[in-house]
Amino acid sequence: MKKLTLPLTEKDIISLRAGDEVFLTGTLYTARDQAHRMIAEAIARRKRIPFTLKNAMIYYCGPTQAQKGKAIGACGPTTSSRMDIFTPALLNAGVKGMIGKGQRSLQVRQAIREHKAVYFLTYAGCAALLHRYVKKAKVVAFRELGPEAVHQLYVELFPVIVGIDAQGTDVYKKRGI
Amino acid sequence: MKTIYPSSITKAVSELCIRANHVLRDDVLQALKLALRRESDKKAKRIFKAILENAAVAKKERLAICQDTGLPTVFVELGQEVRIKGDLRSALAKGVEEGYRRGFLRSSIVRDPLARTKPGYLPPIMHIDIVKGKKLKLTVLPKGFGCENKTQLKMFLPTACTEEIKQFIVAAVKAAGPDACPPYVVGVGIGGTADYACLLAKKALLCRITHNARRTTQLERDVLREINQLRIGPMGLGGKTTALAVNILTYPTHIAGLPVAVNISCHALRSATTTLCA
Repeated sequence: MKKLTLPLTEKDIISLRAGDEVFLTGTLYTARDQAHRMIAEAIARRKRIPFTLKNAMIYYCGPTQAQKGKAIGACGPTTSSRMDIFTPALLNAGVKGMIGKGQRSLQVRQAIREHKAVYFLTYAGCAALLHRYVKKAKVVAFRELGPEAVHQLYVELFPVIVGIDAQGTDVYKKRGI
Repeated sequence: MKTIYPSSITKAVSELCIRANHVLRDDVLQALKLALRRESDKKAKRIFKAILENAAVAKKERLAICQDTGLPTVFVELGQEVRIKGDLRSALAKGVEEGYRRGFLRSSIVRDPLARTKPGYLPPIMHIDIVKGKKLKLTVLPKGFGCENKTQLKMFLPTACTEEIKQFIVAAVKAAGPDACPPYVVGVGIGGTADYACLLAKKALLCRITHNARRTTQLERDVLREINQLRIGPMGLGGKTTALAVNILTYPTHIAGLPVAVNISCHALRSATTTLCA
């Protein structure tokens, strides 16, 4: 099992293989459907967004509200494939990795290989467990989207599994699903 | 005529929302524990342990089991001898709103499905049945949309054989693949009309999961066996358990058709029920 610090370096990313279990420490940005649509629109129109995509790790997550004294509420991954249509544009803009659950399209797999990026899976349906690894959280963009706003998270030893590595190898394809 | 006041309905629904979202159903928990014992794959075992630990953390820290707290669905069985002094639907909605706020559950509902502006808690989906008796039974099912998106309906020919239906159910699970948080609980509705088969499939998720052969049908056992042969496993990373259970509900149908609906639930199958007596 590997421990890596975010942002990942090219060397880190290239060393990863589909199926590897990794613990991530550093900054993640949550973004799901509507945030992706808005980010992709901003990229297309060359507009600025309030956080930097370069070397960013995107987490497909819309957390529940935090209880008093806690950084965040329940915060598990949402289905990644809904973001497939936007992902190549985000990778093109400098995003280096994504965390979610489930399969990705062929286009996403190709874009991951082309940009030497990585797609991680995390424990799906384990939102309460995962909240323990999030130490800090704040909304940095699209507040009006509520749970779909972009949250900047600081995580410690957040558990992930490599879903698609920089060579384009897919953990699910390896298994013939 | 016995009377139930809206305030007690609101209070009950509010508590059900919190209980369903924070405390995993006992039968689901037992099925997960059994699956962990049966599993031999190391990774699958580790994922089952994470799922069980997640349920424990959620219960202890009063957190949502899953961040997707669903489009809250309330099933109501209203005894016809009960009189509700006030508006039932607004009492239910108010209960959902209160429960979701108090339980720190997610506001996932967009009022306009096309405009998709700022999400909130309301409205819930309400299925209200009038039944015999003087009780009011309330069930809250906060099902996430990752798995709701995998719902399938097929109108079979009335001459279709059981094998075709079996293959359709298995194919629906295969299509969901690793995306909708396996291991699944598969709800199936057979018969009725198109809309009614879909409702039956969802209601099938409310049935207690059991591995008692006397309480399951041959078809349920056969379909479950075939689904588990897919070896999708927890998180889609392989293993013996692709589904924890298959629950099938049937209803009479028309001579010209045979509707079959499949409603897949993720492993975090959450629901809670209570009965109010007038």
